[in-house]
Amino acid sequence: MQQDSTKIPFWRDIRVLKVLFQVIFIIGIILLALFFYMNMLNGLERQGIELSLDFLMSEAGFELSEGIDFDSSDTNLKAFWVGVVNTLRVSIIGIFCATIVGFLFGIARLSSNWLISKTAAVYVEIFRNTPLVLQILFWYPLILTLPKVRESINFFDSIFINRRGVYLPSAVPADGFNTWRWYLLSGIIIAIIVVLGLAAYRYFFQDRELHETDRPSFVSNIILGAKWVAAPIFLTAAIVGWFLTPEVSFVLSKPELQGFNFVGGINFSPEFTAMLIGLTVYTSAFIAEVVRAGIQSVVKGQREAARSVGLKESQVLRLVVIPQAIPVIVPPLTSQYLNLAKNSSLGTFIAYTDLYAIAEIINGKTDQSVPIFAIIMASYLILSLTTSAFMNWYNRRITRFGSSS
Amino acid sequence: MNENTTNDPIIICEDVHKWFDDFHVLKGITTTFKKGERAVICGPSGSGKSTFIRTINRLEEHQRGTIIVDGIELSNDLRNINLIRQEVGMVFQQFNLFPHLTNIKNITLGPIQVRKMSKKAAEEAALALLERMDIADQAYKYPAEISGGQQQRVAIARALAMEPKIMLFDEPTSALDPEMISEVLDVMRELAHSGMTMLVVTHEMGFAREVADRIMFFDEGVVIEEAAPADFFDNPRHERTKLFISQTLQH
Amino acid sequence: MEDNTLTQEVKPPDTSKGPVRWLRDNLFSTWYNTILTCLGLVLLFFFFRVFFIWVFTQANWAVIPAYLRTLMIGPYPIEQVWRIGIVFCTLLTLLGLSAGIWRDRVLQIAIAIAGVGLFLLLIPLDVVKEGEDTSATLEFNLNIFYLIFFKRKWLLGGLVLLAVTFLIGRDKNTFKRWIIIGWVLSFPWTMIILHGFGKNAVSTTDWGGLLLTLILAAVGIVACFPLGVLLALGRRSQLPAIKWVSTVYIETIRGVPLITILFMGSILLPIFMPGDFQLDKVIRAMVALTLFSSSYMAENIRGGLQAVPSGQVEAAQAVGLTYPKTMHFIVLPQAIRAVIPAIVGQSIALFKDTSLVSVVGLLDLLGVGRTILGSSKWSGNYAEVWFFIAIIYFVFSFSMSIVSQKIEADLGVGKH
Repeated sequence: MQQDSTKIPFWRDIRVLKVLFQVIFIIGIILLALFFYMNMLNGLERQGIELSLDFLMSEAGFELSEGIDFDSSDTNLKAFWVGVVNTLRVSIIGIFCATIVGFLFGIARLSSNWLISKTAAVYVEIFRNTPLVLQILFWYPLILTLPKVRESINFFDSIFINRRGVYLPSAVPADGFNTWRWYLLSGIIIAIIVVLGLAAYRYFFQDRELHETDRPSFVSNIILGAKWVAAPIFLTAAIVGWFLTPEVSFVLSKPELQGFNFVGGINFSPEFTAMLIGLTVYTSAFIAEVVRAGIQSVVKGQREAARSVGLKESQVLRLVVIPQAIPVIVPPLTSQYLNLAKNSSLGTFIAYTDLYAIAEIINGKTDQSVPIFAIIMASYLILSLTTSAFMNWYNRRITRFGSSS
Repeated sequence: MNENTTNDPIIICEDVHKWFDDFHVLKGITTTFKKGERAVICGPSGSGKSTFIRTINRLEEHQRGTIIVDGIELSNDLRNINLIRQEVGMVFQQFNLFPHLTNIKNITLGPIQVRKMSKKAAEEAALALLERMDIADQAYKYPAEISGGQQQRVAIARALAMEPKIMLFDEPTSALDPEMISEVLDVMRELAHSGMTMLVVTHEMGFAREVADRIMFFDEGVVIEEAAPADFFDNPRHERTKLFISQTLQH
Repeated sequence: MEDNTLTQEVKPPDTSKGPVRWLRDNLFSTWYNTILTCLGLVLLFFFFRVFFIWVFTQANWAVIPAYLRTLMIGPYPIEQVWRIGIVFCTLLTLLGLSAGIWRDRVLQIAIAIAGVGLFLLLIPLDVVKEGEDTSATLEFNLNIFYLIFFKRKWLLGGLVLLAVTFLIGRDKNTFKRWIIIGWVLSFPWTMIILHGFGKNAVSTTDWGGLLLTLILAAVGIVACFPLGVLLALGRRSQLPAIKWVSTVYIETIRGVPLITILFMGSILLPIFMPGDFQLDKVIRAMVALTLFSSSYMAENIRGGLQAVPSGQVEAAQAVGLTYPKTMHFIVLPQAIRAVIPAIVGQSIALFKDTSLVSVVGLLDLLGVGRTILGSSKWSGNYAEVWFFIAIIYFVFSFSMSIVSQKIEADLGVGKH
């Protein structure tokens, strides 16, 4: 060893200092937390509040019309659950719509057509430079000024738009569904067994002679199998099952005017619609920028090289530009998805009962701010962390080729 | 031996080992450098020669053995590390000048912040050094505005401004265009004649033969041959040394 | 003759684009571009028709002048508006000096602001439509001068100061340090002047409108800076305890919506503080915005730290600088310079995000808008109110984004 370390006074020994510094730091953090905790206990005691989670099981005492069926005799816990589902619903549909709209505008910005690219640029600049709350507060009353129920805007007698929201047709499980789903289940089971078997066979026998670095991983074999083996098996089972089932499995449910309202189909409430439009439009402006930057990041040399080997312009885009742009696009796209999910908390401004809005309602009815805060923090963290974990996984999968350019 | 070399040891290395994870970079280096000595360290890339001189001012931590610089042992003692860094100047392959500071501020930063010199004295000293490097007119420019050779000379001036007892050179000419190498070597030659203790990692064999008191040949983390230049070039004993000399002299 | 023809200059073929050529190249180059253009024109026509009909015939713009002052400064007392004027003049003075010293971009920004100021100075806002109801007219008459939250004389004075200080500051490079210190001090100065002392003091709960929006955004960006730097250094630290605490803080804050942090600031902060320690709701919102913003700032700065080559740290160590001095003199100046565009981007985001504070009862620009629409008289005029507010937000964030793009271009050129 270098030297008898006892000779160094401890206040000059780097190793000791490192540990000491961290210990002091941690003690500081703990003291700070303790300070807050004691203050909280004192404050709550003075106000006569006892912290407990009992309120979760007590009767909510308010009605929620959005999402899962809920009435005032249900528990606060269920109210939270309704909020979670509403948050997820608007986030997932919003991500889906914003991606499509965003890619459209992103590509439009790069169009050789001056009118199209400038219109797209104006769209992007307007919507990303004004606050989302403002946009939502603008859309919501706009929807409320749509025609009355009896004068709904009518598309093909199946889509209706009015001030109560948007009504779409939907597929509803019918008598045959119970039989049909067994075909589906058996299709899934067979597909899994076959794919696992094939993957194992390829991995342990067929690929043995390949060099270690070339050998596809077990997981990639399964993904390959899912695409080429499992999907056909599943589809075959579904189709065969459909025809073998004597009754109809699904019926189309169209919204129909009964009395003062529409019945059947899917109904998007005005609040949901306003949130969806707001989130879609706002996020799509950012996604358009992400897409544009991603496509432009593919260096000119790559396009020229692709043209020089005789690819057509559409092939250049599909085979050379997009595969290289996607890895550049995915990380910022992820953060846009996360932003959208977090921004769904703005529902509280127009009484869309998402997770945050419900937390606020419950907070107004009980005195348990601390656990309520912990619950919403934890819920959003789980949502964010799982989304980013999934997108990171996806990103790793598509960036296996190095960044050689 | 040159006229400046004394018999007082200034750097004593005793069985110095260093690992990067599992990779054994330095496998027990034992050597002594004397005050005023000029040692050239050469060897193929990855042989540990750069890592070795970087352990001497603790840019890399050695994990076994002892290094004593000017009577101070390099250990986990914070004060010793700071003292040694003040005594040892270093010149890097990529210059590592601070791009956001003018050349003169690059030079005066250490003296003002570490040696606690007054701003005025530090600037005077810096200008004198730049004069010595023959680039006094570049003092108030930014590093990006001068040539590579000039940048490396500013970097040498920056190291000298701390008035070090030892200078380490880590391949100082490798990143330079050929026509700029000589202006840097000239400065180093002048420095050598002034009696500075110098450890130079370089592939410039002409410089080595002319200036060095001793040439150390590193390979795979050990010194496989060390000798005075005449012996080293004309009478290499080791096969690897012979191969290395024939390859470098071809270029 | 022959000699002459040989050396005769061959002119390149005429590629200058006449309008027809331009149209063909940019709008009708292929059959599908032609279809797209036509389709686009039809859609744009209908959109603008609806839009202009609304703007010029349907919209009732009387709501804007009626509440202009409230939109600009909220419930800030009229007789104290001179405070805002002083702050405005201070900032313009600093800007003028900076423009004189740094020129380039700063000068361009100063010119742009002067242009906007002159424009506001010249537009005749005093016109009152006939048939206006009296309550609105009364307020209108009072507040026509408050377009950018103060009387017109302050605007004029500010612009004159801007010009004069520009001339004073021209090429006074030795002032640089003082101007930077001035900008740093301008921040507490603004707070002190706006608040005031004694019986004339304006409590922060009376700050509102655009004034409050701007202050909240400025606080969020400026106050989060030191914390952001520490968190960024902490996350890159080799000491595991510090690294983990920083990482957990940053990721937790970034993982939750701003609205929950505001909730925490407004409801939990008072619970966590000692009983006799009172913070008003504006300060609580500022704390929340700072905590929120610092984690984003930390990530931006961390990006900059990663861009500084390790050789810089080694060179600093080799001349004997300690860790704090290495960070202060070598690493942070380079890192922060590299992430200025990202920081401007974050400022834009935060500026827009301050629109959430009305959820905890603050009267920022959006909060004032909600209050106006809450009165039954104007509740139908949401489109006018939101449209006007949207223009204000747009002007600020769009100009910031242009500045950011210019800075990015400057940095890209590799200027030191």
